[in-house]
Amino acid sequence: MQKKIVLDSQLLDITLNRLCQQLIEAHHDFSETVILGLQPRGIFLAELIHAKLKTLVKKQIPLGYLDATFHRDDFRRRDVPAKASETRIPFAIENKNVVLIDDVLFTGRTVRAALDAMIAFGRPAKVELLVLVDRTSTRDLPISADYVGKHVDTLESQKILVELVAQGHKQNKIWLINKD
Amino acid sequence: MSKLSQRHLLGIKNLTRQDIELIFETADNFKEVINRPIKKVPSLRDVTIANIFFENSTRTRLSFELAEKRLSADVINFSTSNSSVKKGETLLDTVNNILAMKVDMVVMRHASVGAPHFLAKHIKANIVNAGDGTHEHPTQALLDAFSIREKLGGVEGKKIAIIGDILHSRVALSNIFALKKLGAEVMVCGPPTLIPKFISSLGVKVEWEVQKALEWCDVANVLRIQRERQQIKYFPSLREYSLYYGITKKTLDDLKKEIVLMHPGPINRGVELTSDAADSQHSIILDQVENGVAVRMAVLYLLAGAN
Repeated sequence: MQKKIVLDSQLLDITLNRLCQQLIEAHHDFSETVILGLQPRGIFLAELIHAKLKTLVKKQIPLGYLDATFHRDDFRRRDVPAKASETRIPFAIENKNVVLIDDVLFTGRTVRAALDAMIAFGRPAKVELLVLVDRTSTRDLPISADYVGKHVDTLESQKILVELVAQGHKQNKIWLINKD
Repeated sequence: MSKLSQRHLLGIKNLTRQDIELIFETADNFKEVINRPIKKVPSLRDVTIANIFFENSTRTRLSFELAEKRLSADVINFSTSNSSVKKGETLLDTVNNILAMKVDMVVMRHASVGAPHFLAKHIKANIVNAGDGTHEHPTQALLDAFSIREKLGGVEGKKIAIIGDILHSRVALSNIFALKKLGAEVMVCGPPTLIPKFISSLGVKVEWEVQKALEWCDVANVLRIQRERQQIKYFPSLREYSLYYGITKKTLDDLKKEIVLMHPGPINRGVELTSDAADSQHSIILDQVENGVAVRMAVLYLLAGAN
């Protein structure tokens, strides 16, 4: 198994700062904006970005967790049903600007399911997608991200591994892995 | 693992503790779903489920049907009162005819012990036992244990007294299996005639005096006297039963500690529970009903999803 670093701790920090600045540019004081982290792995990134934004705009921004397991299109097409995680959206999303956050954008199927799941909570004014890694040329659906940490050209057989301190790893590191 | 060890839910007896915990974790998520503004998810949209009830039911049938609809399954309902069973069709023929209409899952209640086990040997569809005679009622036990876990933060080490007609109760047997697997202490309490002879071999305590059972337990799960299953007299009169085994609000208030009161329904008010006890702050009877939908969604989801 070959591993290659895509983003190390220092670069990740710079990338996250840039993403925050881009969000501020588009959402100003975040008065009409809420953040939803996608379960299971997007929530760690959402929390990192949320914490950074809080110090930058000096304001409470609503942060929720969205799980799309029950809306997936591969139910009964895999051997084992996907395990669900908690959905927690303790605020209204009706007429708000929603920023969905996930770690890696691959086929786009999770994001499709997430859009479907999100609509159960109301009709947002606008929905945007932020991802840390955008895997180019692997999309199954016409979905693209509005804010991208890094574009990475990958093969379908390769894998992106996101290791964050918040997930129990020693250092923040993003890897590209060749599966043999 | 996010897969059950079984492809049918015939009883709690053949589930593992991991199975039960997986069902609870999944049910936690479904409980959140059924409290959303839009209470429906599309998971089972290509699944057809037949609810086949050879015995009367209100709560269980409605709860299953609602769980199925919240998961977007197609649902057909069948009950014996208006069917060809009255004309002498066998169980297997009835079910095979229903399955010929491309049904993926069968939820069945039957008066005979082992009816769903018999079906499981002969048909391909996933089977969920919604009660077979005096044997098992697995989803009721799961929702009871789920409600205890929700109310007390866990089941392990808790003391649960099952009070009433243990002899004729499938709820009691399934509850004993589920609670023991989850590490609870279980006691059964009732008139000696309504306690099966060798019940203590399941690892439960036996108590004949309800007051002592209430003083011992953290949770009292009170069962209905099943008069429809009693061909002989097991106690002199309902009045006498309620005098010795009926639970009143005063009995509960006079206890030195707080206990949780449960009942699987339907309640015979004034027999095993007085109205003021059933409607008191001790009771979580209506929470049990709400949790029933979430737990049944979890069971259907996990069974349907494992190919």
